[in-house]
Amino acid sequence: MFKILNAQFIAPGIKRFVLEAPRIARKQRPGQFVIIRVNETGERIPLTIEKSDPEKGTVNLVVQSIGKTTHLLNSLETGDSILDIVGPLGKPSEIEKFGTAVVIGGGVGTAMAYPTAAALKQAGNRVITIIGGRNKDLVILEPEMREVSDTVFVTTDDGSYSDKGLVTDKLRQLIENGTRIDLVLAVGPIPMMRAVAEMTRQERIKTIVSLNPIMIDGTGMCGGCRVVVEGRSEFACVDGPEFDAHRVDFAVLVQRNAMYREAEKRSMEEYKREVEGQKAAASAEAETVCALEGRK
Amino acid sequence: MTTPPTPKTPPKKSSNPLPNKERMKIPRQNMLEQLPQVRNKEFTEVNLGYSTELARQEALRCIECAKPACVDACPVGVKVSDFVRLIVDGDYLGAAAKIREDNVLPAITGRVCPQEDHCEHGCLLNKKGQSLGIGYLERFVADYERKHFDVKNIVKAPPTGKKVAIVGSGPSGLTAAGDLVTKGHQVHVFEALHEIGGVLVYGIPEFRLPKAIIREQVDYMRAMGVEFETDVVVGRTVTIDELMEEEGYDAVFIGTGAGLPQFMGIPGEHLNGVYSANEFLTRINLMHAYEFPKFDEPMVDFRGKNVAVIGGGNTALDAIRSALRLGAGKAFILYRRSETEMPARIEEVKHAKEEGIEFQVLAAPLEFLDDGKGWLRAARCQKMELGEPDSSGRRRPVPIAGSEYEIPLAVAIMAIGTTANPIIRMTTPGLETTKRGYIQADETTQKTSRRGVFAGGDIVTGGATVILAMGAGRRAAKGIHEFLVSGEW
Repeated sequence: MFKILNAQFIAPGIKRFVLEAPRIARKQRPGQFVIIRVNETGERIPLTIEKSDPEKGTVNLVVQSIGKTTHLLNSLETGDSILDIVGPLGKPSEIEKFGTAVVIGGGVGTAMAYPTAAALKQAGNRVITIIGGRNKDLVILEPEMREVSDTVFVTTDDGSYSDKGLVTDKLRQLIENGTRIDLVLAVGPIPMMRAVAEMTRQERIKTIVSLNPIMIDGTGMCGGCRVVVEGRSEFACVDGPEFDAHRVDFAVLVQRNAMYREAEKRSMEEYKREVEGQKAAASAEAETVCALEGRK
Repeated sequence: MTTPPTPKTPPKKSSNPLPNKERMKIPRQNMLEQLPQVRNKEFTEVNLGYSTELARQEALRCIECAKPACVDACPVGVKVSDFVRLIVDGDYLGAAAKIREDNVLPAITGRVCPQEDHCEHGCLLNKKGQSLGIGYLERFVADYERKHFDVKNIVKAPPTGKKVAIVGSGPSGLTAAGDLVTKGHQVHVFEALHEIGGVLVYGIPEFRLPKAIIREQVDYMRAMGVEFETDVVVGRTVTIDELMEEEGYDAVFIGTGAGLPQFMGIPGEHLNGVYSANEFLTRINLMHAYEFPKFDEPMVDFRGKNVAVIGGGNTALDAIRSALRLGAGKAFILYRRSETEMPARIEEVKHAKEEGIEFQVLAAPLEFLDDGKGWLRAARCQKMELGEPDSSGRRRPVPIAGSEYEIPLAVAIMAIGTTANPIIRMTTPGLETTKRGYIQADETTQKTSRRGVFAGGDIVTGGATVILAMGAGRRAAKGIHEFLVSGEW
């Protein structure tokens, strides 16, 4: 059991958990992730580590409600527990002095990009960060990113905050302005990472993406997270999660991530029904209590 | 320093009143089994075990050889003749205690050990007809013990003050842990997954080895004083060096199992519907995907579909029999050699056939074909014939030119073996490994190239059986004990 020391929504549907996990806190390096299982009947899913505090023995996770498991997770509060957390998994990011690094975080992917941005800055790189969100509310970790970046650009799809457009629009601008870029790190939705890869491929800029395939054990045992890298199968959990963006077959990743769409939908519907049932029962109970007290 | 040899006493005779001639007239007793038509829809256990009467009848068949070859043939050295004698005498708990002297997981080996390759192969009766049902008897005794277990029966040496870390809670790790705790050492087992048991939990299906039994055997080990910690990937969560230098472990045993599933490297292996046997079985066994949506881990819909498992080992049979239980319309094994070369246990092949599994032998897939939407539609296969024996001693499959054919397929499960997991190798400096990435360990002491570090099981040998891994665990425990006592490497 891993205790939730603090749980707070940082954006609509996006929650930050501070968890007591001393072993993981001690070992976590930028680029690594954890696998969690909420309860006895839960599935195992990989999640992003935002940062950790080895002294306090805590790990921060940033979770966006998408399917049943993430909704269930985001219903947990300070003081609750998560049954299993294992990690840190995957190879840490390669950190060295590249020169100028552009770190791109799309949506909740910003949380995964953050520790690598911080490490790149500390290694002496000039860090230009581009954060993107669908709208103002979904732009996360801007202040944190500002602390570890030389420059931060923010884009929103609807223009409700900062620049209207996509993160790739900003990247294109940088390239067109003749900004010297030695490394691009992109973490976010697959279409975003794919678009970044296409853009930098032409410019021959070294580009790293952090992939998020379906996983079970996270230790290389099941092979479910295999991704096609330059025609060869690699396991995201032990060979990744970071890969050379120009070698990744994104189409296969999209296709494999859709493998359980039907089941995921069904899980979500049943979960909603369950939650509504619980709410209805709770309000019925409250009404009964009120009625009884009124009678007194 | 070594432990003094136990004084040799002449083997005791049982109270069996029958002369050998009469004993040999008794036919081998079969276990009760669920009916094939019932069980192929259920995940409940296929074998139902012996009744007390059947067990006694079977035990009476033992001719009590002066030099019991069954004992020598056992990888962990279970004193078969002694425990069978105790069954004849009606002392079932005594029989269980006798097995436990050499084997801490009797209810597990009684179910999954290939006895026909070991003790029953050595049995003298085997040469004159059918061997003694040693595996069935072991299972009977272990199940009797499960119902009548008493913590008071646990005997342990006084504490030595030495700490041992066991990495991996599969058969080799559990065996080493059991032997070491009995010797008085403090034993802490680290497991990467959320349940204890390793391959016993994620690999072997409920219908062959119920999870409740593993839990009970693990609880027994807890009662013996073994500590367990789940959710720790040694190499990532903590390294071997940290365990020894910072957490005060005097010795470490690495029993992390074989690891990464192999694929064939043929086109279409990334299609949806193509699984590794490890993933498929983990979803079923560890994650209970067959109970979706009560459990959250999903599985593709198998109902009415064509499912093939590629491979001919026990894992292949576990996978295809599981597929059938998920409702597959047609479930078959695709194996490139003939049935004679299949590494799977005879009993499992028999069970699979009874349940309706088809065997397409001397055939292998060349390519998996897409339905246009990223899902598997069919496999293009090739027929084989047998050539000269290869390095494994089995006749090599040779493709027959022009024999390609296509079979419609919704799910394909690759059960063609595993390769070494790199995590420990990458994070433990000075640990020598073979070209193929397996850890190099001494064959008698299981010592590695690193002082205080031992290894055994599949991470040393490559994919093998539960009992061979247990044998390595025993040897390692002996090696570790000697190292801890003498301090000599």
